[in-house]
Amino acid sequence: MLGEKEGMDINYVAHLARIDLTEEETTLFQGQLEQVLHYVEQLDEIDVSGVEPTAHAFPVYNILRKDEMGQSLGHSAVIANAPAASDGEIRVPKIIDQ
Amino acid sequence: MDDLHKLTITELSEKLAAGGCTSVGIVKDVLAVIDANDGKVGAYLTVDRDSALEQARAADVARAAGVTSPLLGIPIAIKDLLNVKGQPCTCSSKILEGYIAPYDATVIAKLREVGAVLLGRVNMDEFAMGSSTENSALGKTHNPWNLGHVPGGSSGGSAACVVADEAIASLGSDTGGSIRQPAAFCGCVGVKPTYGRVSRYGLTAFASSLDQIGPLTKTVKDSAILLETLCGHDKLDSSSIEMDVPTFSENLTSDTSLVGMKLGLPKEYFVKGMDSEVEKAVRDAVEHCKSLGAEIIDVSLPHSKYAIAVYYIIATAEASANLARFDGIRYGLRIDGKDPLELYKKTRAAGFGSEVKRRIILGTYVLSSGYYDAYYKRAQKVRTLIRNDFTEVFKQCDAILAPVTPTPAYKLGEKTNDPLEMYLDDILTTPTNLAGNCALSLPCGFSSGGLPIGLQIIGDSFDEQTILKVGHAYEQTTKWHKQKPEL
Amino acid sequence: MKYEATIGLETHIMQKTASKMFCACEYEYGAAPNTHVCPVCLGYPGALPMMNEKAIELCCKAGLLLDCEINSHSKWDRKNYFYPDMAKNYQITQADEPLCLGGHLEVDVNGELKTFTLERIHQEENAAKNTHVAGASLVDYNRAGTALMEIVSNPCMHSSEDALAYLASLKQIMEYGEISDCNPEKGQIRSDVNVSVRPVGQKELGSKVEIKNMNSFAFIQQAIEYEIDRQTSLLESGGAIVQETRGFDSDRGETFSQRTKENAHDYRYFPEPDLMPVKISTEQVELWRSELPELPVQRRTRYVNELGLPEYDAGVLTADKATSDWFERAMQHTKNAKAASNFVMGEMMRLLSEQDFSISESKVTPEKLAEIIALIDAKTISTGAGKQVFEIIFNEGGEPKKIVEEKGMTQVSDDSALESWADDAIAANPRPVEEYKAGNTASINFLMGQVMKASRGKANPGAVMQVLKKKLDAFC
Ligand SMILES: [Mg+2]
Ligand SMILES: [Zn+2]
Repeated sequence: MLGEKEGMDINYVAHLARIDLTEEETTLFQGQLEQVLHYVEQLDEIDVSGVEPTAHAFPVYNILRKDEMGQSLGHSAVIANAPAASDGEIRVPKIIDQ
Repeated sequence: MDDLHKLTITELSEKLAAGGCTSVGIVKDVLAVIDANDGKVGAYLTVDRDSALEQARAADVARAAGVTSPLLGIPIAIKDLLNVKGQPCTCSSKILEGYIAPYDATVIAKLREVGAVLLGRVNMDEFAMGSSTENSALGKTHNPWNLGHVPGGSSGGSAACVVADEAIASLGSDTGGSIRQPAAFCGCVGVKPTYGRVSRYGLTAFASSLDQIGPLTKTVKDSAILLETLCGHDKLDSSSIEMDVPTFSENLTSDTSLVGMKLGLPKEYFVKGMDSEVEKAVRDAVEHCKSLGAEIIDVSLPHSKYAIAVYYIIATAEASANLARFDGIRYGLRIDGKDPLELYKKTRAAGFGSEVKRRIILGTYVLSSGYYDAYYKRAQKVRTLIRNDFTEVFKQCDAILAPVTPTPAYKLGEKTNDPLEMYLDDILTTPTNLAGNCALSLPCGFSSGGLPIGLQIIGDSFDEQTILKVGHAYEQTTKWHKQKPEL
Repeated sequence: MKYEATIGLETHIMQKTASKMFCACEYEYGAAPNTHVCPVCLGYPGALPMMNEKAIELCCKAGLLLDCEINSHSKWDRKNYFYPDMAKNYQITQADEPLCLGGHLEVDVNGELKTFTLERIHQEENAAKNTHVAGASLVDYNRAGTALMEIVSNPCMHSSEDALAYLASLKQIMEYGEISDCNPEKGQIRSDVNVSVRPVGQKELGSKVEIKNMNSFAFIQQAIEYEIDRQTSLLESGGAIVQETRGFDSDRGETFSQRTKENAHDYRYFPEPDLMPVKISTEQVELWRSELPELPVQRRTRYVNELGLPEYDAGVLTADKATSDWFERAMQHTKNAKAASNFVMGEMMRLLSEQDFSISESKVTPEKLAEIIALIDAKTISTGAGKQVFEIIFNEGGEPKKIVEEKGMTQVSDDSALESWADDAIAANPRPVEEYKAGNTASINFLMGQVMKASRGKANPGAVMQVLKKKLDAFC
């Protein structure tokens, strides 16, 4: 399964991660990450059939909260943290559906 | 200077109770040390002088009014990824420029409750990604034992400040060894509690299923005292477990016998390429425990060798989502763009350092369409095998003895060009994060170059008491922890 | 060649909870922007989600109302995509283990009973609200993180009528079940619509086109019809359908391409490490089932079988939950179901249609209607007077008995008064009297009108009829 892995298309992945990379970074990371990916291929050696995946170190269930209203943050603190705001809302460049 | 800065929590709290000093006195003394030494060590990002003195005065007033707590009036440094209300929380990143935390992390609230003094915030690898604190965007931290060497990471500032007497204790976080490794490199005690013991609420997440907050202190008993306050269920963190927290420190007595204790020695932890001085110091420590009455048995954790591969898939995958929120919209740095897409890409390009970018890209890749099963899901399954190894071993012994790191602290800049090489250094610490159990690191010797070496004591889930007991017995009968660097 | 359309809906419904899905912030429609927000729903560093037990309960109850199977084990996943309305840039949702599986709805589509099947219902969190101003967009995070469930139908519908009937029924059930108010204007019910077209007889479905996020039922209908036409003509002219996401331009009534398969999202789903899985026991499911409110179908049957109402009345009364609930309350105070039904379907609906408030805000309360009906049944007032009283209260408020007294509406059944009015009417109108005697019995109605006029509406019509008959027949 892992043998079929193709090389990483770093520009596509950087786009997914919403990070502009310089050409220098692209080349550097490509090389470094391919090394890392090569290293992790050792996991292919292990027979994991029938093994359940671990998502939580200590599995517990139904950790619920009562449906009760609590304290919200002060509006001014929210706006003070925002890089740009108008009329109490957080301002962003025009959203065009991509 | 009163030399109060040299004392431990245990000693200071006795002195405070006896009226031998005041909290204001301690804080002033520690601030003087910071002024004298931090120019060289570089542990702090911000020292909250005025606020610390004010908290100290309040602690003294409380004490006069009859309030007692071992942490009342004790100055503690905070790794800068914990939210402290009204203060910045930079995570040593440019991307959080301008962010002011509007709330207290649960551990911060707990420290405030017992009257500890929040002294300031210390340096780290950006978003806790790194093993040398060289990935900080906000400054360099040096190993107090040799300023040309790294303090370890990511809690490098937390370890360095304690060892340099610039704080009595500190808080760090450990995702793959980030408390234990700097503790070993700098020569102090560091504990990674069991996953779920300490609330993560308010801890800026690196890898949610691995992160734990823990103490860095001068002694094992001091760590026990801090743990008593930090541990416990929190209704704000679903992963925090409802379980009684023992009064760890009360169970640490002057009795240093380890008779009846079975300690496991995993052959996989003495890895190829391990520094011979490190191996010798750890093996000596094992002998020492034997001399205290412990029975040493050989154990095996066969899947440990896969821990790095599993760790770098799971941790980066979780991180890629956890760090998506740093987007320049609601807080922090923003580099504007013609549309949100351009804003995101520019902001994140300018705001994140190389290691963070590298890990986000790796994590994004292993989750991306067509690769999830091959990387992420497979890593989660191997994680199960690593956990099972520990479950088996803890049927045979009470705790495990091992090195923390394959080498002592290396030189600044020595490994920055080879991420994989730096990742491999986490081989002895990551298995515990993947399995979720607890471990501590404490000094067990020095290299010929004068750098500290750490002993790792790994415990079963929720059995912090046992590793504290073994560590305390070892510490009481050795002198490594008494040595101080000259600055 | 003939073509057929296949339609599936993904319907997002905001649940009736006091606080948001993963934090304790309140949600209040129309509140000042960014006033119901906290570190969790703003995606601040270090904040962690905690699941709202009421939302889980409502999602499962919705599932039970729709005959879903409640999953004994379900879990949370992160769905990664960057968008300013998604604070963490991932949505907490349920990918492969949702709370509810399967399920179906029986719907009357233009008189034909159809069954539409469901794939699943999962719980997730809502996004914030964007508005667009000149050169920028503004984000209000008040709605971010509110409890939202997604009901996913199978591709089992074939026309806009199917889809609208399905949605109307879904909305009605969710309202009855007190899962959601389902107010489309408030965005409490929104749908993504998948439309594909294939030649009749072809087994596999055509390429799927998804039209995103519509809250108006009218727009959904237009969008579906436009898409079916567009895809059919494209196929007829030998073209191929591209799998894509389209938006709906309500001004032009057209859909437009937004995103093709090539640049589709890569959501990178993975298990949410911050939330623990949910286990639901059969005991819990049975407890929830026992708490389920009566659905419109069940109410309709009960109105017919137990209250003896005509099918038609039962249908009208149960169409809307607020009306039906009001009627239920009235029935706690009167046994005359038909009279209550007549008043609700007649006076109440007529008067409400001229106002913009709901039945629950009417000045005529169920108790007052019951009093009016009691006055009529006791023959204290006529039915006509009862309608007048209803209208007076509807417009001005007041107590039925007081109004009847003040306006002198009490019926006269007293024989002596009636007899004198009857004698006057007979004496003054010889022609109708002659006609009656000649066998044209309908002429009595004219005389009756005269008596009612003389009594200024207070005479009891039944009694007047008897007196007139007695007198006229005596002449024969
Ligand atoms: Mg959805
Ligand atoms: Zn909130």
